[in-house]
Amino acid sequence: MPLRSIKRNKNKEVCTIYRGIPASPGVAIGKAFLLNREAVEVKEKKIDENEIQKEILKFKKALDETKRELFKIKEKVAKRIDPDHAKIFEGQILILEDDLINDRVIERIKQTRNNAEFVYKKVVEQTIQTLSSSTDEYLKERILDINAVSSRLVYNLLGIKHLTLESIDSPVILIARTLSPADVVHMKKESILGFATDVGGETSHVALLAKSMQIPAVVGMKDLFDQIQTDQSIILDGTKGEVVICPDEKTLEEFEKRRTYILKKTVELSELKLLTAETQDKRKIELSANIELPQDADSALEYGAEGIGLFRTEYLYLAQSDLPTEEEQYRAYEEVASKVFPKSVILRTFDLGGDKFGQNLGSLYEANPFLGWRAIRACLDLPELFKIQLRAMLKTSAKKNIKIMFPMISEVEELKKAKALLEEVKDELKHKKIPFDENIEVGIMVEIPSAALAGDSLAKEANFFSIGTNDLIQYTLAVDRGNERIAHLYQGFHPAVLRLIKETIDVGHRNGIWVGLCGEMAGDPLATVLLVGMGVDELSTSAMAIPEIKKIIRSITFEEAQRLADQILSLSTINDIKKFLIDDYAKRFGKG
Amino acid sequence: MVERKVEVINKLGLHVRPAAMLVQKASKFKSEIRLQKDDLEVNAKSILSVMALAAQMGSFVIIKAEGEDEALAVEELAKLFEEKFGEE
Repeated sequence: MPLRSIKRNKNKEVCTIYRGIPASPGVAIGKAFLLNREAVEVKEKKIDENEIQKEILKFKKALDETKRELFKIKEKVAKRIDPDHAKIFEGQILILEDDLINDRVIERIKQTRNNAEFVYKKVVEQTIQTLSSSTDEYLKERILDINAVSSRLVYNLLGIKHLTLESIDSPVILIARTLSPADVVHMKKESILGFATDVGGETSHVALLAKSMQIPAVVGMKDLFDQIQTDQSIILDGTKGEVVICPDEKTLEEFEKRRTYILKKTVELSELKLLTAETQDKRKIELSANIELPQDADSALEYGAEGIGLFRTEYLYLAQSDLPTEEEQYRAYEEVASKVFPKSVILRTFDLGGDKFGQNLGSLYEANPFLGWRAIRACLDLPELFKIQLRAMLKTSAKKNIKIMFPMISEVEELKKAKALLEEVKDELKHKKIPFDENIEVGIMVEIPSAALAGDSLAKEANFFSIGTNDLIQYTLAVDRGNERIAHLYQGFHPAVLRLIKETIDVGHRNGIWVGLCGEMAGDPLATVLLVGMGVDELSTSAMAIPEIKKIIRSITFEEAQRLADQILSLSTINDIKKFLIDDYAKRFGKG
Repeated sequence: MVERKVEVINKLGLHVRPAAMLVQKASKFKSEIRLQKDDLEVNAKSILSVMALAAQMGSFVIIKAEGEDEALAVEELAKLFEEKFGEE
């Protein structure tokens, strides 16, 4: 199709989006066609005394003719669309027959000796006026039905053939100020790709019919008709209620490409959302999300998380730079718990430097804060403050979808002390008859090499392990990745790190508890097959990474993943391991 | 004269389709039938008048019939309201 050669300035290259009310879902792309139905001019004429009866007869004949037409349309709708929708036209026939208008018309013709069409139009206008004064929205939409009937009758009075849309036969997107239900009935699906009207609401009959005929439509565009020209390239999105006008086909194509891409991604995402993260030989991996604030739970669910694998509760502190009260904490945990219910939430107790627990403690200078008084270490030294958090957590657990996790555990005594404090809080709640989950699962972060290597004793005291790779890597390799000069030494695929991960998983399984992994490695597509092969039960990552990781898990078998893990664990350098994983990834999924 | 107060319980209220059903039903009776909502009283055999009542869900309408078949007319019209005009 030839492009029109109009000089365009740069701004005009961009497509413009007009918003209306979504009336019938679906997308149409093509050329606009403006339906230019001039309002029929009805002139006032005087008739002779002896022609009054003739004029009344003319009116009655036009009524009959209009009724026949509407009846035909009604039959067509009943047969081809839906008997229920035919009632719209039964209603229109009743409007046509209504003596409220017709008696007055005949009366007035006699009184004023005006021509029938003029009198009729006046009476209808008055009737509409009384209806319009109603505040009722749907009633205002029903006026469209009255207009449809009256304009049909006026056409018949004047002997003008009512133009039906059947005559349009090249594929177009129809743009009209207004359309009647009958217009929609007459549309041929192959030639009317979609339509937009300036008037109307989503419950108007036009919208109803378009929906059942599956023609994409947008109504209530207000003044689109004046903004658009016939033959312009447009996209009509009846789902979103939008009309997009593009200066030429090239920009339209680009816009469309982008739109389809987003649509495809959304569809992929929503399809993937319902599927489980399961290998082809049915090993299920729990794929969860890490969150920092309660509202993050929404996008976690959106991306198909099967739970919250790590709620970094210290962000409640960081968000307000003051220790949150028990009530504030309770509300935050409760919000997440009820959002994801019946899925579960792992609440990690504060992973903060000790100085954050109270201003009166002063800011303590530490030469090595990463190796210092923080997280569980500080919490155990400040039991009363720690118990506030534990109490808020337990109070949210009544629905049994809460698990508690302690960070920075380096040996079993710490875990025992933390659990003892938890028991104290449980007793207190029991005493006060506040409901909570008595069998709440308690787990630990495995992020210090000593915990990974002495996992046996910890596994006997914990219900689960979650491997925190970020800290595990830095403590194992003695690398602060924030230090630019040595950041390159921070390598998750270091054989020592992988062996610690493997050891942790094995030790957990030997003791009958499940082992998850949170931290960035869980969201690294390069690591997925390896981690699954090493036997991890759960992966918790940022919400956005979930679809990709799920896709990978669904494409492999546990058996081949185990083989790959064995091979990787036998390699001795970071480079060999990385190369192996990159090659394997490219083989499976093409160039990443 | 027979009267009965009914509640509009269908979701969309007396819009065109329910109004059409009501008018069609009312027109079958010889009695004069009127509907009253608040201060407005209209002829039940005129769809425009019925629509003008703007009776939404939850509003109350009084059906009044006078004539030889008045009891039956009120009975049957009230039934339409109760059955939500066949709406889902």
